[in-house]
Amino acid sequence: MSTIALPTRTAAPAGRAVSGWRQLIADWSSDRQAFHVAWGKAMMWFFLLSDTFIFGCFLTGYMTVRASTTAAWPNTSQVFALHIGGADVPLILIAIMTFVLITSSGTMAMAVNCAYRRDRVNAAALMFVTAGFGEMFVGMQAFEWSKLIMEGVRPWGNPMGAPQFGSTFFMITGFHGLHVTCGVIYLAVVATRLLRGKYERAGSYQIVEIVGLYWHFVDLVWVFIFAFFYLW
Amino acid sequence: MAATNLTQAAPGRPSPAQASQPAQEQAHQEHPIGLYLKVWGLLFLLSAMSYAVDYFHVQGLLRWGLIVTLMLAKAGLIVAVFMHMAWERLALVCAILLPPLALLVLVGLMASEAGHTFLARLVMFP
Repeated sequence: MSTIALPTRTAAPAGRAVSGWRQLIADWSSDRQAFHVAWGKAMMWFFLLSDTFIFGCFLTGYMTVRASTTAAWPNTSQVFALHIGGADVPLILIAIMTFVLITSSGTMAMAVNCAYRRDRVNAAALMFVTAGFGEMFVGMQAFEWSKLIMEGVRPWGNPMGAPQFGSTFFMITGFHGLHVTCGVIYLAVVATRLLRGKYERAGSYQIVEIVGLYWHFVDLVWVFIFAFFYLW
Repeated sequence: MAATNLTQAAPGRPSPAQASQPAQEQAHQEHPIGLYLKVWGLLFLLSAMSYAVDYFHVQGLLRWGLIVTLMLAKAGLIVAVFMHMAWERLALVCAILLPPLALLVLVGLMASEAGHTFLARLVMFP
């Protein structure tokens, strides 16, 4: 690779002395790279990998307390039922939340597709739509939390059964909701910058794909939470 | 190898020469909208099926089997198509998809730990 004369930020031009962090980065990277993708994309993937372990540990912890408790686990199908039209529809709120999140994932994929074609107005519009669905999801989650808190569910106990239900519920859905909230802010910031032409000037729309990775990951985590926490 | 990879290596560099990047990435990652729409529809269908498992009170082994199968199908579609993993280079795919398998070891350890705790609770606090 040393014969390739590409101007890089890290590799110092010959003859000019570099020091400090730039020198450290230049020495350690040594003009090599393992992953031939934009560095921002690689970094987002590594962040998502670390996040996978966080959620993986949460769900494993949930499995452990649920399998080790002698008290009956609350029936999630009934706990999350809504009273609609004179009948209790089981788990309906969670089903709607799932569909909202999948819809947002679809609009995000469309936004990324538009960004590849450098169609910045449609890409930004679709990102705002995605953020809107995300906000809707967080709103429904707030409703769900309020409902459960009013029914007496606390992190240390609840009237329906095993006390571990409350702690795992608030921990797992709360952490996921935090991710959705951060994603909404991230989307809004990037979409606004996209509209203003910041990435046009920088010459790359790569950031849209990176935001997309984050958003799809949030949806991915929900797939596992939905299966293990709500359906199991 | 270095010479042939030059064009592909260029987009990844944190270089000021990013003007060459969009064209490269476009060639690499642009897929027909129809594909996204199909996957989107499939995700809806799979989610509806997971919900149906609960709604129709499917029980026992069939329930766990369906939940896990539908979950893995959805996760696979999201990662492969929406997150473009199906078109990434193998080096990145391995770096991202293999490490989470370590979680299976944790799950195995904690499952046996949970079983032990459960039995101990039955014996000590009957």
